[in-house]
Amino acid sequence: MDMHRQTLTELCAGLDKGDFTSVELTQTLLDRVAAQDEKLNAFITVTSTEALAAAASADKARAAGNIGALNGLPIVHKDIFCTEGIKTTCGSKMLDNFISPYNATVVQKMADAGAVILGKSNMDEFAMGSSNETSFFGPVRNPWNLECSPGGSSGGSAASVAARLAPAATGTDTGGSIRQPAALTGTVGLKPTYGRVSRYGMIAFASSLDQAGMITRSAEDAARMLGVMAGFDERDSTSIDQAVPDYLAGIGESIKGLRVGVVRQHSDEGLEERTGARAKDAIAVLESMGATTVEVDLPNIDLSVPTYYVVAPAECSSNLSRFDGVRFGHRAENAEDLLDLYCRSRGEGFGDEVKRRIMTGAYVLSAGYYDAYYIKAQQVRQLIADDFKKAFADVDLIAGPTAPSPAFKLGDKVDDPIQMYLNDIYTIGANLAGLPAMSVPCGFVDDMPVGLHLVGPHFGEEMLLRCGHQYQQETDWHMACPEAFK
Amino acid sequence: MSLDKEQVQHIAMLARLNLSDEEYAESVEKLSKIVDFVDQLSAVDTTDVVPMAHPVDAAQRLRPDDVTATNDRDHYQQNAPEVVDGLYLVPKVLE
Repeated sequence: MDMHRQTLTELCAGLDKGDFTSVELTQTLLDRVAAQDEKLNAFITVTSTEALAAAASADKARAAGNIGALNGLPIVHKDIFCTEGIKTTCGSKMLDNFISPYNATVVQKMADAGAVILGKSNMDEFAMGSSNETSFFGPVRNPWNLECSPGGSSGGSAASVAARLAPAATGTDTGGSIRQPAALTGTVGLKPTYGRVSRYGMIAFASSLDQAGMITRSAEDAARMLGVMAGFDERDSTSIDQAVPDYLAGIGESIKGLRVGVVRQHSDEGLEERTGARAKDAIAVLESMGATTVEVDLPNIDLSVPTYYVVAPAECSSNLSRFDGVRFGHRAENAEDLLDLYCRSRGEGFGDEVKRRIMTGAYVLSAGYYDAYYIKAQQVRQLIADDFKKAFADVDLIAGPTAPSPAFKLGDKVDDPIQMYLNDIYTIGANLAGLPAMSVPCGFVDDMPVGLHLVGPHFGEEMLLRCGHQYQQETDWHMACPEAFK
Repeated sequence: MSLDKEQVQHIAMLARLNLSDEEYAESVEKLSKIVDFVDQLSAVDTTDVVPMAHPVDAAQRLRPDDVTATNDRDHYQQNAPEVVDGLYLVPKVLE
């Protein structure tokens, strides 16, 4: 089979057997990116020279018997991860000139495991968006229909994996930014437990919600990557010090007896009927494999979107205060005084959605409003987390649709922030409660892919990956490839 | 509209954001919508609920107060817009 159509796991076997070298594989994918990405705009930076050099040293290491878990495998990093000596923009004009002086822990760990970086993927500006339309570098297009959004904010990562430009990509997820684009492009997306993967060197949006993960073509590939990415990091003060299991070890086991929760309260308002039906079909497949379904109560789940739109902007307004035009990033010219320098550098450097979220955050944190909004939201957030905790006393995971509809047309929701925010209605709860969650492809609606969303208890990644992998032994939705990118 | 132009100007100043007239008009409309939307939280009974401090109930980790990082100023300042002798330059703040 053509190299570009193989999964990470298949490519790994191919390299092991000597069917091809990492240099050959990397060159093939770089050629594909050069030929195809004009249509998609999935890449902000392509790092051909660095990639080929890394591939050559991976081949040399392999010959010497030093074979890392990702040795010689080309991947893409979302442009939110700092990469030493390589432009790191976060999809913003603010960082258009920023060359990172260091590597994010995730980038370093993957490099140490032998991974080859093909480039940096396009994304919503500072990861704020659900359609990739807020990127300073223009929207990414969905490989399944170029008029549609690939979702966001990790839209470039999802599109590059779906279009077979790369076998896997990193992503980040604050309210659904890995899982929603995975669902909309027919790929697998995993957001691990909060604190499972280091946030060091991952440009911060909302620090109590942000988590790094990956977009791949199979659950097995996600397990392979998570094993490299996960682990304690003393440079991230919220990193959790807990041993990393072998995520590949148990994925072959049956899901017989697995208790799958279906949420009673998820409002079907706004859920496109056939998208909901595909998720139900997928749950029926899990049942046919020996899982049982149980109805669970999450009485406060419909409050997750308003809760998120207080907490996330509040943290974003604090985090993005570092962009001041003084130490790095965009600087306005001919400033009259220091205040003018701050206000104009930020006014020019940030796009509309980022400004909107910074201002929402400044408002909910301002004197007189802090208790009514921020404290209130953190209380409701606790109620939502408690609901999940109670539900997980009765079930092993919770399943449903990932997004309320298949991919929408570019431009359709861009003028209405609330409609855009509601796209994340099914995914946000996992971020608020710090839970691991995954989207796996579960069918098509009008030729566009949709996803099954699986949420687990804290540190339940092994079970999610096993469930996803077992589902992919029974179904082949994840193998489907957009016609134009075969 | 739950917010007026004056409030939005105050918020923009707090956030150190320069906005054009057009952006102000749009911000009044869209921020009002967002504030109205999140206002539904006020109806929730949260009596005696402790606000969440950490999603995984972890405590803040402490480490010994040892010197662990070395100063790499020149390297970091390669991204700075304006530097002289290792100092960041800003417009004059004192007459």
